[in-house]
Amino acid sequence: MKLLSDDALHEVSESMESLSRKGISRRDFMKFCSGMAALLALPASLVPRIAEAVSGKKPYLVWLEFQDCAGDTEALLRATKPAVADIIFDIFSVDYHETIMAPSGRQAEKSLQDVVKNNKGEYFVVVEGSIPMNDGGVYCCIGGRSAVDIAREVCGNALATIAVGNCAAYGGIPAALPNPTGAVSIKEAVPDAAVINLPGCPVNVENLTACIVHYLTFGSLPNTDKLGRPYFAYGKRIHDNCERRAHFDAGQFVRQWGDEGHRQGWCLYEMGCKGPATFHNCPVVKYNEGTSWPVQAGHGCIGCSEPNFWDTMSPFYRRLPEVPGFGVEKTADKIGIGMVSLTTAGIAVHAVANAVKKKKSGEDKETE
Amino acid sequence: MLKRVYVWEFPVRWSHWILASSIAVMSITGYYIGNPFIPAASSNQYLMGWMRMIHLVAAAFFNCDILLRIYWAFAGNEYAGWKTFFPFSAQRLKELSGMLRFCLFLKKNPPAITGHDACSSLIYLLVYVLFIGQTITGFALFYLANPLFIWKLLGGWLFPLFSIQTVRLYHHFVMWVLIAFAIVHIYAVWVLDQARKDGSISSIFTGYKTIEEDED
Repeated sequence: MKLLSDDALHEVSESMESLSRKGISRRDFMKFCSGMAALLALPASLVPRIAEAVSGKKPYLVWLEFQDCAGDTEALLRATKPAVADIIFDIFSVDYHETIMAPSGRQAEKSLQDVVKNNKGEYFVVVEGSIPMNDGGVYCCIGGRSAVDIAREVCGNALATIAVGNCAAYGGIPAALPNPTGAVSIKEAVPDAAVINLPGCPVNVENLTACIVHYLTFGSLPNTDKLGRPYFAYGKRIHDNCERRAHFDAGQFVRQWGDEGHRQGWCLYEMGCKGPATFHNCPVVKYNEGTSWPVQAGHGCIGCSEPNFWDTMSPFYRRLPEVPGFGVEKTADKIGIGMVSLTTAGIAVHAVANAVKKKKSGEDKETE
Repeated sequence: MLKRVYVWEFPVRWSHWILASSIAVMSITGYYIGNPFIPAASSNQYLMGWMRMIHLVAAAFFNCDILLRIYWAFAGNEYAGWKTFFPFSAQRLKELSGMLRFCLFLKKNPPAITGHDACSSLIYLLVYVLFIGQTITGFALFYLANPLFIWKLLGGWLFPLFSIQTVRLYHHFVMWVLIAFAIVHIYAVWVLDQARKDGSISSIFTGYKTIEEDED
């Protein structure tokens, strides 16, 4: 059976030559393509199509950083197997990335402008970090322009915008209460842009690559949920795919850091793990190319791929959030038990009063 | 003259006891799900699994029961009818103030009512709002692991309107409100049973109350 056309084979082999010069074997490349197919939940029969698409024309890609910590950039650069990182950089023509590009100053701004002007509607933008809107957006300026101004121009003219990390997707940590800079997500800052959200702290680079591979293969971005996250990566809850789930069902829980259960690798539910409230493919794909992920390392999930996780998922080491309007140390259970006790006390008082009243009316009758 | 009146028809009594027992079961299992206080001795146990299973089965009983009771609010007798739970007419507001004055010892006897008095009606209305809130948030939390359209329709639509943790907190906290309600409910029935001597307590088992009839 012939899976590829002659032209495609030629193209793949050309691309393979360039990769083999970098020390990446054909085997590595096909492994990468199979991995992408698996991640996107595609059948193996589509692997050749992926290989063809990935070795075709390189899309332009610019990477913008706003109110961020460069954590997503780190995630991209810290790939443990250099081969895959090389493949990623071979797929894209990365024309602007503040942290890793060679040019600086005006030259750097020029390379961004070149992409935006010459390839209007044909390039991808990856956005990292939130965009401050308060006071005209003065809290984040690059090359004399505000983040919102840059985002409107660059994302507004892009083929697609990929918001990586929670900050770009939902405002993240800069948008946590009291949100002093008025930080918003890229979708809120540029409502017209075609945005796909890849939240996480940091983003899982495999998901970012898979999104672009999906686009190259099918000419469209993957389907997303209500929160703009692709289903292939955010369709399942962490809790339901967790390697410690069996301990949850059995009823074996870590109750204190370093206790016997913790050493045995039991469920981190009691330690405030937010796996039951978080949708992400961490348990399956893991971070740094399958090395590990927080729960495997013995720490509960903090829900970093959910909107406003810093506010809604905290306290990170407790099961439930604080009850609004009460002190920090008041849990729902303490307040609930307090309420039930007060009710019981109220009833006791009422019952005593009732008895006294009855006795009195009884005495009245006797004296009559 | 005393007269036996059939107040609580069978569906009313049935739904009352199913509600009471399912709430008791769901409070215990639900508390365990929120705070697994019994440690499992071995990996072969299925403690949390069973707790969740029992919680979900009890929830199914609870939900069907709510549907039954709502149906009976339209099909049942005057004491079970939906109108009784909206005590906002002038006469019933007067009844409400009478009840409140009785509770505060400002009035010697409670108003003579055969079915639900205005005060209880109002509380039951609020409790039903809480019940339906528990149902919706319960289905929402169930939907997280079972993203089918039916569960989305019954509760999953709450996301992303509210964060998952907010829904969880609400669902947990209302349990305490309902426990407090149950305590007040039992006490109030006892007090009224004593004051009216109409057999309020036995009426939820037999359906009959003993009412003093006006001579006409």
